[in-house]
Amino acid sequence: MRRRERCGAVTGRIPAFLAVPALLAVAFLVLPLAGLLLRAPWRDAPRLLADPAVGAALRLSLLTATAATVLCLVLGIPLAWVLARPALRGRAALRAVVTVPLVLPPVVGGVALFTVLGRNGVAGRPLYEATGFAFPFTTAGVVLAEAFVALPFLVLSVEGALRAADRRYEEAAATLGATPWRVFRRVTLPLVAPGVAAGAVLCWARALGEFGATITFAGNFPGRTQTMPLAVYQALEGADPRAAVLLSVLLLAVSVAVLALLRDRWVSRL
Amino acid sequence: MIDAHVVVRRHGWTLDLPLTVASGEVVALLGPNGAGKTTALRALAGLVTLDGGHLAIEGEVVTHVPPARRGVGMVFQDHLLFPHLSALENVAFGPRARGARSREARATARAWLDRVGVGEYASARPRTLSGGQAQRVALARALATDPRLLLLDEPLAALDARTRLTVRSDLRRHLGGYAGAAVLVTHDPLDAMVLADRIVVLEHGTVVQAGSPPEVARRPRTEYVARLVGLNLCRGTGHGHGVDLDGGGTLVAGGTAFGPVYAAFRPSAVAVYRERPAGSPRNVWPGRVTAVEPHGDAVRLQVDGPPAVLADCTPAAVAELDLEPGSPVWVSVKAAEVEVYPA
Repeated sequence: MRRRERCGAVTGRIPAFLAVPALLAVAFLVLPLAGLLLRAPWRDAPRLLADPAVGAALRLSLLTATAATVLCLVLGIPLAWVLARPALRGRAALRAVVTVPLVLPPVVGGVALFTVLGRNGVAGRPLYEATGFAFPFTTAGVVLAEAFVALPFLVLSVEGALRAADRRYEEAAATLGATPWRVFRRVTLPLVAPGVAAGAVLCWARALGEFGATITFAGNFPGRTQTMPLAVYQALEGADPRAAVLLSVLLLAVSVAVLALLRDRWVSRL
Repeated sequence: MIDAHVVVRRHGWTLDLPLTVASGEVVALLGPNGAGKTTALRALAGLVTLDGGHLAIEGEVVTHVPPARRGVGMVFQDHLLFPHLSALENVAFGPRARGARSREARATARAWLDRVGVGEYASARPRTLSGGQAQRVALARALATDPRLLLLDEPLAALDARTRLTVRSDLRRHLGGYAGAAVLVTHDPLDAMVLADRIVVLEHGTVVQAGSPPEVARRPRTEYVARLVGLNLCRGTGHGHGVDLDGGGTLVAGGTAFGPVYAAFRPSAVAVYRERPAGSPRNVWPGRVTAVEPHGDAVRLQVDGPPAVLADCTPAAVAELDLEPGSPVWVSVKAAEVEVYPA
């Protein structure tokens, strides 16, 4: 009897010293979002949203976040595959390198990109001299900046999925005569598809919200490099802070809509 | 046919297996866990690199050829059917990988599924299949690539006892109809006896015995094999009808033998008494019961010796003689029941 009571105490009620901070945490997460919705200038919304600059920023944000995600998929899945190999030497070091953009202030990432790909950068100068093209202050630069900060999300997610997958399926495929490319495409990728999808969504969300690296590396030019977060920042600093709130709500709506659309299909593990 | 010498070294352990298998022949690698059976099979498939030796399939040396181009089919222990593909797509995977057109590969796959008796599950996902069905699909998948060498890793181990029976006899039929060489790994002597034309027994990475199933069953050469086939095994030196056992004691056999020999006899041929038996059985010695266990509808006694033996009695006899661990007994074996063969 006594034992049962003790079990009940452990499994049934949440102790106050955990319940109170947990509730505070929920409030801390939810209240600012509620504030956004409450203070948004709904009456002026049609006029504010009709501004062509808003449409341009939204389009640019969706375009660059998607392009950055594609870039991360193309580069990140192979990297995750290499990282997931148990026999790889120096894996710990490589993993640390991959994780750096996660902990690095994005502004520093932007500066770092500048030193490499700027017009006078290590790789940027030969590129500029050869082609006349330089990444900074271009839409392509935005994509690079976003991909830089978002790549770790994809790599770590896919690596986790690869590690959890039973790699003997690949051996089975090999004995059936499949080339490495076929094994990868027809067996490995489908096995880790949920992990890839989850990673891609995280990656896309991170890219969509990217601010620091973008403004540092690509600047803030409407129509070219001004993504939604940058437009929000500019509105808040400039003439119409109410527009900033409305743009924030719009960005929130887009993120939530995409997550909700994908969640049931692929991202149940998120 | 295949001609192989598989040498794989791991820390403190070496697998050294010379193996030839004729076309149409089924060889079972039998051995305890950790004997190197699965490693040998994976080496034949090319999934483990040989540290020495060679492999030739139908005269073509494929020692360093990657698994995809060896022309080897493998049935894995837990089947490893691709979970994201249907049974049909699983079987079609091999032909597709070998360059067949989609329609052609699916037709081949369908024919194989029908042939192994799971045609109606063509569109089923592997996780919805029972163990027996999955095993058949895995067999079809391996055979659909038309391999010159078929490898089966514990093909029946994942199945429950009842399914095992039917799948075993079906597998026997399919192996009978298969024209290439087949190697199967098992730790179950019954699987080996039923499925194989020849048994190779591996212990600690080394071949300790090879022969036809009846030969292995009647004349085991190691304690492990003797236990598997349920025989008492003693080693000794023969001089005429008598065998001086290495572990002490003497056995008299029906035939004659000279030099180093093995002597084997069934536990059911061993009689147990409380008093020294009268009459003239020639093999009589005292011992002490060390264990009493049910064994089928008999009771199996372990009696120390020398020689130590297993003896099967009826439960009634055990009760009547009041046998329990520690009971002193007399043991006898008829000379005619002792099979003696050169070591």
